[in-house]
Amino acid sequence: MELFNSESKKIISDPINVNNPISLQVLGICSALAVTIRVDQAIIMSLAVIFVLSSSNVILSVIRNFIPNRVRIVIMLSVIASLVSVVDQLLQAYMYDMSKQLSVFVGLIITNCIVMGRAEAFALKHGPSKAFLDGIGNGLGYGMIIIIVSFFRELFGSGTITLPNGGAGYVLFSIPESWYAAGYENIGLLVLSPGAFIILGLVIWFQRELIGIEEEA
Amino acid sequence: MGLEHYLSIFTKAVFIENIVLAYFLGLCSFLAISKKIDASVGIGMAVVVVLTITAPINWYLWEFLLKDGALSWIHPSLSELNLDFLKLIVFISVIAAMVQLVEIFMEKFSQSLYNSLGIFLPLIAVNCSILGGSLFMVEREYLLSETIVYGFGSGVGFLLAIVALASVRYRLRYSNIPPRLRGVAMAMLLTGLLSMAFMAFSGIDL
Repeated sequence: MELFNSESKKIISDPINVNNPISLQVLGICSALAVTIRVDQAIIMSLAVIFVLSSSNVILSVIRNFIPNRVRIVIMLSVIASLVSVVDQLLQAYMYDMSKQLSVFVGLIITNCIVMGRAEAFALKHGPSKAFLDGIGNGLGYGMIIIIVSFFRELFGSGTITLPNGGAGYVLFSIPESWYAAGYENIGLLVLSPGAFIILGLVIWFQRELIGIEEEA
Repeated sequence: MGLEHYLSIFTKAVFIENIVLAYFLGLCSFLAISKKIDASVGIGMAVVVVLTITAPINWYLWEFLLKDGALSWIHPSLSELNLDFLKLIVFISVIAAMVQLVEIFMEKFSQSLYNSLGIFLPLIAVNCSILGGSLFMVEREYLLSETIVYGFGSGVGFLLAIVALASVRYRLRYSNIPPRLRGVAMAMLLTGLLSMAFMAFSGIDL
């Protein structure tokens, strides 16, 4: 099987670029904003979503011919909920601090529209290998946007950049004390919810300028 | 606990801790539907109905099945971690089933209500604000009566936020927005401003 022909590449790269799940399909924004206060939370959340999305796409694609159309939503939800539970348990076992910080938002991957949306729009119509690539691509597209948003929110909101490790996070960079002494101040608004909305709005705008896509009204 | 206690939970859920503007829940439908005011009212009402029904049902399940039963290791003090996989699966199935039931019930008994809300109901099963409402109910260890007030209040908060955004977007039709900022990007910026406005309520001392 040719896994890396041009069609497969397109399935992976489109969602990162011209068909991004967050900025163009407008799916999965709920969780995208809550976990972007720190970069490490965003990275872990992206990994969780990539895992759930690619596995749910593969599983649903394998059983797609056996799912009666009327009950498909319930079946999709139960597959997704089981996968999210796996992620939840793994996080609890190996990254306890992180799972505590993410609190209800790991559970809310179940209702993340990306997972349901891709299952409905792609996995139920294509074979497992394509569905897997679609899941990876959309997960990466989601991850890219939330990591960008969290980068700005953390750098300008709290003055640090934190990467994930087993414990409370590894601080890669923080704004030196001398800057604060010279009068630099963090923008507290970015840590609060309005900051998340505004940064994401600007990121979406920027990306649409790059790709050149317009929307009516 | 007196009336003021419930009033304060309600006010908190509607204004201070608005489920959309402070916790980012239910944003998918929030952004997609808020283009039209009447549709926004429709989905807002549907969210109020479903949240008010599912939150108490999930409370019963939590209190008498998940919390005490064979899985008694699910101690409420651990519930903020939300790591219990049964909780997620049970809650989401209850929500999906309730949405289906409400839809059937409406179709049977109130055709006019069904016509106005019907198309929004399937969307609500995957609206994060419903599952979020149940998860927050567990996390905050509400009593049954508090849960009902909280579920209703969160629904009203969603209704208020979506109708407010829809009205602003309606007005914006006559403004000259840069073409690529139109649509979702502009809606996000507006939501940011709305959220900032709602933050002013946090000054209220309850």
